[in-house]
Amino acid sequence: MTSAATTVRATRRRAPASVRRKRFLVAVADHSLLIATAIIFLAPFLFIVLTALMTNNQALSSHLWPHPFRPQNFVDVWRTAPLLRWTFNTMVYCVLATIGVVVSSVPVAYALARVRWRGREAAFIIVLVALMLPPQVSVVPLYVMWAKLHLVGTLWPLILPNWFGDAFSIFLLRQFFLTIPEEYLDAARVDGCGELRILATVVTRLAKPAIAAVALFSFLYTFNDFFLPLLYVGQNPDNWVLSIGLAQFRSLHQVQWNLTMAATLIVMLPVIVIFFLAQRVFVEGVTLTGVKG
Amino acid sequence: MSLTPVAPAGASSPAGPAVVPRDRRLAKRRADWRRRRLVLILMSPWIVGFTVFFGYPLVMSAYLSFNHYDLLSPPRWVGLANYRYLFTIDPQVWTAIKNTIWIMVIMVPAQVLFAFGLALMVARARRGIGFFRTVFYLPALAPPVAATLGFVYLLNPSTGPVNTILGHLGIQGPLWFNSTAWAKPSLVLLALWGIGNTMVIFLAAVIDVPRHLLESAELDGANALQRLRWVTLPIISPVILFSVVLGVILALQYFTQAYVAAAIAGGQASQAGENINALGYPEDSTLFYPVLLYQHGFNDFQMGYASAMAMVLLAVAFALTLVIVINSRKWVHQAVPR
Repeated sequence: MTSAATTVRATRRRAPASVRRKRFLVAVADHSLLIATAIIFLAPFLFIVLTALMTNNQALSSHLWPHPFRPQNFVDVWRTAPLLRWTFNTMVYCVLATIGVVVSSVPVAYALARVRWRGREAAFIIVLVALMLPPQVSVVPLYVMWAKLHLVGTLWPLILPNWFGDAFSIFLLRQFFLTIPEEYLDAARVDGCGELRILATVVTRLAKPAIAAVALFSFLYTFNDFFLPLLYVGQNPDNWVLSIGLAQFRSLHQVQWNLTMAATLIVMLPVIVIFFLAQRVFVEGVTLTGVKG
Repeated sequence: MSLTPVAPAGASSPAGPAVVPRDRRLAKRRADWRRRRLVLILMSPWIVGFTVFFGYPLVMSAYLSFNHYDLLSPPRWVGLANYRYLFTIDPQVWTAIKNTIWIMVIMVPAQVLFAFGLALMVARARRGIGFFRTVFYLPALAPPVAATLGFVYLLNPSTGPVNTILGHLGIQGPLWFNSTAWAKPSLVLLALWGIGNTMVIFLAAVIDVPRHLLESAELDGANALQRLRWVTLPIISPVILFSVVLGVILALQYFTQAYVAAAIAGGQASQAGENINALGYPEDSTLFYPVLLYQHGFNDFQMGYASAMAMVLLAVAFALTLVIVINSRKWVHQAVPR
């Protein structure tokens, strides 16, 4: 057996020079293609940063490199637009919606994964269908409803629906709850725990990574959301969130490209920082979607 | 725990042997009832949410679609008039439908192919898989509004970096977001830039392809292309299906990028004295179905007509998902035991 292994090794090592050179060249070609593509992917970020550091005149010229550098832009942005106000509104929306999504989706997912009852499968399929249909389908009557409640123009139509279970989060959490070994739950039951208590303590503790992923996704989703904020707070600048403000930024007071790019960067930055801080949670979440076959 | 003081009753029933059958039945019924109550408590957020934010609007949408409704005066029944207008008169609907089909037929396959190609490339790298994965994933994180703004600037016809660089190479760059022919392809570029999510999922699947299958195929004399076609593709076909379904679903809701690109690029043009309503700029070439629905519903407040559009969208979304899922049985490989 050892001899077989050594012969294999030997033959591998003695690959003819031409083959080795070919392999090396292929590897070089692979990597140069990758590096070139990577540069193309990073280029938009680079140009946005560069433009954000230009003077207005230069941003309107075809020069690519700032001369002189003008970091002052990042200060000016806060002066030209109520960025603080938009950030505050965004945080209100993101935080309240995310808490709502977690609090309301965990019990539903638990009922769909770990409690046996008739109609469970059907309920799960309905959740999936709700997930697949475009939100535009139900948007008109909902708008009418919020208008009748005099809440159009406030952040409530954006926040409140999240407190009643979010289909994607329910799906994700259910997938995770299915993987919790029954023994843990039984142990708690033997100790005399009621199901609600089990959910509140054992399950939530075991499902921390999944809950973190759901919270993260929900936060990013609301942070990026544009359609619903446009609908409900678009007419009320006091309640604009960052995505709306940014989209209106340029037309607001004929603002220049350099400032627009600085604002763009300011909106991009938090998301990218969160990504690097929470990379593991991201990976966890992507695998959780359970699409690996 | 403190919620259920009834528990000992059920537990103690086997202790009294004389009245077993009746007692047990009672205990079982009680347990059933408690479980039902538990399910009801757990499911209540979703039951309320589904009824108020999904079921009710769906029914209401169907009702409103037969009405004329402007939010100010009560709905007025008009029968099929909205649908008739939609299918036979409204000149913009067909443009919007054509544009949306364009997205589904060009953008979605381009995204899937590109993500797959990237994933294959990254999987071949001997070093720095993690680095490349991060680089290609990063743009997907950029908020859509910010990414769109960035691209409108990058592709700015006169002074944008892309056309500047093309100019240095001696190529006359197109008008991108300001030209009817290039506005949609520009949106495709934007979509390809933000392909990270799909790429990551493909990459995980490609790396997961069992090595021994690839090696035995190689021993049988299959070249790289054949291995890709007969080993890798069948194994990852469920992932391809997933991304196609997701792509089609998202194509039906395509809104933010189109809206922002049209508003910004159109806004620039309107400084030169053109009309202000930028939706679909230029010349309806980025007028997608959801954009038109938004315009009718929330710019013009034709709620009845917008509802009719929503019902058509619902039917199409439902049919498309069904068709894809049913057809997929033919080409998605399901014999991989895991």
